Formats: sequence, C-alpha cells, structure tokens
Amino acid sequence: MSLKLEQLSYSYGDHKVYEIQALKDISLEIRSGEFVGVIGQTGSGKSTLMQMMNALEKPGEGKVFFHGQDVWAADFDRKGLRSKVGLVFQYPEHQLFESDVLSDVCFGPKNLGLSPQEAKKRAKEALALVGVEEACYKMSPFELSGGQRRRVAIAGVLAMEPEFLILDEPTAGLDPKGRDEILGQIALLHRQKGMGVILVSHSMEDVARYVERILVMDQGRLVYDGVPREIFARCEQLAQMGLAAPNVTYILHGLKEKGLQVDTDPVTVEEARDAILRALGREP
Amino acid sequence: MKIIHSENLGYEYQSVNEQGEVELAKQALSGINLDIEPGDFIAIVGPNGSGKSTLAKQFNAILTPTEGTLWVDGKDTAQEANTWEIRQNTGMVFQNPDNQIIAGVVEEDVGFGPENLGVPTEEIWKRVAECLKTVGMYRYRKHSPNKLSGGQKQRVAIAGVMAMKPKCIVMDEPTAMLDPNGRREVLQAADELNKKAHVTVILITHYMEEVVYADRVFVMDQGRIVMKGTPREIFSQVETLKKYSLDVPQVTMLAYELQKKGLPLPHGILTNRELIDEIVALARQEKKEPARPD
Amino acid sequence: MIRDITIGQYYPSESALHRLDPRVKIIGTLVYVISLFLFRNPAGLLVATLFLGFCIGLSKVPLSFIFKGVRAILVFLLITVVFNLFLVPGEPVLRIWKLTISREGIHTAVFTAIRLIYLIFGSSLMTLTTTPNHLTDGLERLLEPLRIIHVPAHEVAMMMSIALRFIPILLEETDKIMKAQTARGADFESGGLIRKVKGLVPLLVPLFISAFRRASDLALAMEARCYRGGKGRTKMNPLRYTAGDRIAYGVILLYLILLTVALRFT
Repeated sequence: MSLKLEQLSYSYGDHKVYEIQALKDISLEIRSGEFVGVIGQTGSGKSTLMQMMNALEKPGEGKVFFHGQDVWAADFDRKGLRSKVGLVFQYPEHQLFESDVLSDVCFGPKNLGLSPQEAKKRAKEALALVGVEEACYKMSPFELSGGQRRRVAIAGVLAMEPEFLILDEPTAGLDPKGRDEILGQIALLHRQKGMGVILVSHSMEDVARYVERILVMDQGRLVYDGVPREIFARCEQLAQMGLAAPNVTYILHGLKEKGLQVDTDPVTVEEARDAILRALGREP
Repeated sequence: MKIIHSENLGYEYQSVNEQGEVELAKQALSGINLDIEPGDFIAIVGPNGSGKSTLAKQFNAILTPTEGTLWVDGKDTAQEANTWEIRQNTGMVFQNPDNQIIAGVVEEDVGFGPENLGVPTEEIWKRVAECLKTVGMYRYRKHSPNKLSGGQKQRVAIAGVMAMKPKCIVMDEPTAMLDPNGRREVLQAADELNKKAHVTVILITHYMEEVVYADRVFVMDQGRIVMKGTPREIFSQVETLKKYSLDVPQVTMLAYELQKKGLPLPHGILTNRELIDEIVALARQEKKEPARPD
Repeated sequence: MIRDITIGQYYPSESALHRLDPRVKIIGTLVYVISLFLFRNPAGLLVATLFLGFCIGLSKVPLSFIFKGVRAILVFLLITVVFNLFLVPGEPVLRIWKLTISREGIHTAVFTAIRLIYLIFGSSLMTLTTTPNHLTDGLERLLEPLRIIHVPAHEVAMMMSIALRFIPILLEETDKIMKAQTARGADFESGGLIRKVKGLVPLLVPLFISAFRRASDLALAMEARCYRGGKGRTKMNPLRYTAGDRIAYGVILLYLILLTVALRFT
C-alpha cells in the first residue's frame, strides 16, 4: 500500500529554449500512514511534485504508481485516485464557492457520485474532524475567520476520505494560534485514522515538531530523504540550498563549539532542553 | 514632536442595513494611547482579529477614529483637510505583494506615488533610482513585477512608498505571504530604511522573531494594547504571551524551558549568542565541564 | 508558464519605429487602416504595399512575428475569400457543380484578403513596436481633447494599464483554482453543454471573489499612495514630439498624397 514515484522528470515551457526543468529524475516511495515533510526553497519543484502525486500533472518521463498500479495507464481511474490522494493547495480557502459551509464540503463527495445523503454524512464527519462546529454549517464561508475558512477547505478534501493527504503550506498567513490548531488537527488525523500525510512547509520548526521523515528538494531534485535528525544535522548543506535547520540546532552547535559536550542532534525545544540539562550534568 | 500620538483612540465598524439603520457594530479598537518618537522602529503584534490592521489603517487616515483623537506628525487625522498630507507623510505597505503594485514595469510603479503628488519629472526619476537602490532592486527596474519573487515585489512596494519621501512607514503584515528568504529581504529593507534614511517604521506582524530588533513592541488583543515595552521586557513574560496565543522566538522558549528546570538564566533572552554565552558561563561555574579558553 | 504570456506581444528592439511617439503610431495605424478601404486598383495596392514594406523594414521586427497575427484569423480569412469568390455576381469564369466563380468575384476576394492581411500586419506592427504602457499613454493624450465632452481619458488609460497588469495574474489564478477543483473531483471537460456550463460555477465564483478582493486591495493601495484621479498629476514619461516624430507625420502625409495620385490610374 503506497504511493511510488519512479525516475520522474517534468519540464514546462513552449520551446526547447524556454524549457524549464521542474523535476529531475525523482524516485521515492511513501507508505500508507507515514507523516512526511517536504522542504525546499520556492521554485525548487515541491508544488509540481505534489501535483504529480495525484495525477494533476503528467510526468514527462517516469512513472507514478498507486498501490502498484500505473496511474497513467489508459484504463486507470484518475478521478478516483484524486479522492484517494487528497491534495490541499496553498490558501485553499480561495476555492470555496458554495453559499454555505456544508454544501461546499459536499462538493468533493458529490463529484465521486455519492448520493446527497451520503455526501452530507461524509461532509459532517469531515467538518467534525477539523473541529468546525455544527453552528457554522449553514453559514456563508465568508462569515468565518481566516483559520476557520481554511479548516473548511481542508474538510472539503477530507470528505472524499483520502488515504493520503497532501498539504501545501497549510499554515501560510495564519497566526500562531491558527497554525497550532491546524497542525494539531492534522497530527491527530494521522494518529487516529492512520492517514498518510505529506506536509509541504517553509517552517523548519513545524516540520521538526510533527513529521517522521523529511524530503529535501533543491532545483528540481530530491537531494535528501531521511529522518529529521539526519537531515537537520546537515546545517551547512541546507544553508547552501537557502534552507535552515530549526534554530535550536544552531544553539546546540554553538554550545559544542564553545567546548560543551552536548548532543547536537535534537530538533525541537523539548529535546534541546533535555540535551543541555544532560550536558550540564542535571536530570532532565 | 511625536510622529504619532493618540489619546483614547477607538474605532467601531458599522454595517448599515437597507433601511439605513445600524445593524451590526463591532468595536475594533478601544482606549488606545500611543506615543511614537520620530526615527523609532516599532513592532505591533497580536493574533488575527486583534485590531492591528485596523490600527494600521488609522495611521494613514484610511480609517479615522470614531472615538478619541489621533495626531500624525501633529495633524488630526479626523480632519479631512489633512488627509493627503498625512498619506504623504505616512506610507503604507500591505500584505499581498500582488495587489499593491499598480504599474506593469518596476520603475513606473515606484514613480506612481510621486506622480500623484505632482513631483516634477526629473525629480521623479532621481527619486525612483535612489529608492530602488536602497531596497536593492535597481537592476530589476525595467522588469515586469509579475516575474519577481514575493520578497522582491514587497521591496518594490517599499521603494514605491519611500519615493513619496514619507516620515513614517507603516507595514501591515508585509511578510505574512512570503517564504523565509522573502521575509528576510523585507525585514532587511525595513531596517535599512530606519537606520539609514531615519524613517520611522511601524511593523505589524505575527511572527515574533521579527520583533526582536524593534526599539519598542506593542502587543494587541481584542482591540486594546495589552503589553508595551522593549522586546526584552515583552519576551520575559512568556506565560502572558501564551495567554494572547502568541509565540516567542525558539531561543527565548528554550531559555524559558531551561529556567523552569532550575537553570539560573536571566529573563528575556533574545539571541542565540546570549543563550550560548550564559550556558557556557554556567558550565564553567559548575565546573562540570572544563571549558575551552577562547 | 501562463505568466509569460505577453499581452500585446511587444517585440523589444531599438528601431526607429520603436522610438516614435506612440501618438504617431496610433494615428499612423488608423490612417493606414482607413486608407486600405479607399482603393480598388493595382496602383493603389502597390503604394499601400510599399508603405507597409517600408515600415516593416524600419521596425527590424522579424517577419515571422508579423505573420503570427494572420494565423489567428486564418479561418475567418478563408471564409471571407470563399464567400466573395462564389457569391459576387458578374462575368462567369469557372463553374463548379452549381456554383460559379466570376471575374468580379476573384477581384473582390483577392482585394478583401489583401486588405485584411494588411490590416493585421499594420496593427500588429504597432503593438509589436510599442509597449502596452506607451500605448495607453498615447491613447490618454489623444483622447484628452475629448475631456470637454466628458470622455474620461485619464481613467480609461488607467483602467487599461491596470487590466494589462492583472490579466496574467488572473490567468494564473484560473489555472490554480481549476487544478484545486479538479483535485476535489471536478470535471471541466466531459458532459454536455449544460453540464459544462454548470461545471464552471466552482471556477468562476472563486475567480470573481478573488478579482473583487484584488480590486478592493488595489484601490486601497492607490489611495494610500495619494492617488486622486488625473488632476494635478505629473508624468514620469511625459510625451514630447521630437524631430523624428515630425518626419514620421510627413511620411504619413506623403503616403496619403501618393495614394491619392495612384487612385487616378484606373
């Protein structure tokens, strides 16, 4: 049970001259139930990669397999795939179009051919999953706060009951509270429903806190693929790609340079705190 | 003279129904007393809906107080006769970089403000070149804004405001839609403006790392100013900030967590260097680790 | 990507034609287009061809760029030619099944085709050698005298330049929303006409909302930068006629004189 990309390449532009290679020879596999973070500078190919995963873009070369089946085979049901691999775009609240919250969330399930009753049932479940209260169901999306609107938009994808959920910077433009709420809900979905989550983010702190595996993209290539500790240990290489590790990593490295025997692997505040306490000979 | 001074400023949004009756009123600001000195770098932080954007629009007389008074450079914003002078003196940079660039060529956009002010042609060109150089966008002067990155677009917007020679620039969440590199570029441009051109900068944001270098910080919640002080004073109150659902920079958070575990660290640590030095000093004191001489 | 589409297809170069004041080019193009409908004889055609050739030569724009414009109207062109060939009555030349082609038909078809092609060539030449900003500037100045009869010249020009700036942004946005709705299972391709039109709602509603939001943001940003209409504004690029522009007007006049002379040869 997995999503697998094999030697994927993709370029756009009209002529050979203007051609921009967005993805170069990417191979990776994401298993069901994984929580994966994708980092990389703007323009590194992250968004294109996400669109490959649910067949919104067709690769120039290479193959995409969903549960072992080639998604670009003639008889493959790509519409069905898009419900199995849900993609939440950046600023997803911009796609809301219905006059009330519940109808908007029903849009996805209805497109899958479900009956209105079944669609409503799924929509309600999805809204409950992201923590939107019933009082909001009949409200216009524009009466909601920015954070709530975004959750409604995410529910619109969840209502299709995907096995994988891809989120492209789901916290962009939200305040710390909105950010923590959304990421908290996603982490909960991952834990409780065993949903595979692929999180694209610019915030290394968020990535360090939630994901169990990180993909690093640079200029259309997949340069690193590993657990957060491994990835963030390469501070210098990341800096060359215009990326950074979480700030605590730099503090630990700074301490080590000054001669303190401290573990430099931690990537979250709590881990760093314990490492420093240990280095000072105290009980964490 | 204070560049911005307000007394008991309040603002109420009203929506009027078809019969002309006030249907819904929302108190967006209340009891705001502000004093901002010329040349200051001020940060205003607060969660979404705390009224910080409404306050920003007051400085530029886009909105005027429904209660109390606001003086910008000594002029009462409520008096219509002052509006254009105030707008020239306090420039605004907005959140969405795409929606504030008017012209199809970078240099023409920077010239838009001076054109509106009736500045002579040669002078416009001089200002445009100067301002684009200050924000480091001079070599893109002939480009279309559509092909620039978010950070570059915001720098063009900043140049466009500077070209009007304001005394004060208000930036309303200029980094909210940018990636980390874009955020750094914009903050650098703002800092340059403040330090070199001595323009008063008011930065509105919800990224707490961005306020570390401000002279003073105002924290807003539910339309009121609930905390004010230097960044150090503000960040030494981690619990209060959490109450207003605000973050603290990761280094401050780490110091705070260590304090809770009994490490004798000072309050309100703001930079990595500070924390590293403090911990190394502690280690030496406790002689747990022989520190390398440096 | 979509953002790379250049509206008005400006071809950057440093030719004499590029340097001309946009007003000269707008007036010149207008004069030329009208003149195309004044002659029906080979001598007039010759003068019009020479003038066009002269301008194209001056512009240094590769011919392939100029031909591009014709490709867009090819179908229209063919239909016009076919209609003229078969429907203009006169001395029969050729008979195919029940249709006749007349001598007058051939004449009209050829002239109409040439006129249309020259019309496209002429106007493409203007847009290829003038940036959209210059075009709107030129238009604003030309319309200025009409202010007396309440033609809002400045406002029209401002609207045009804002539209030019936002068309690529909205195109990109369309692409994005379309993908986002496709990801939610929307189908923009299959189904009958009614289903297709209904299917556009999830695309058009967000697009309109976004356009209005952008418009209101932009209005705010313009006001914050002291915009209050055309009054009291100075110009960063004021239009001033130079010697070259006067010569160009002379050339246009010369063309008109030559054309009038040519009209006498029948």
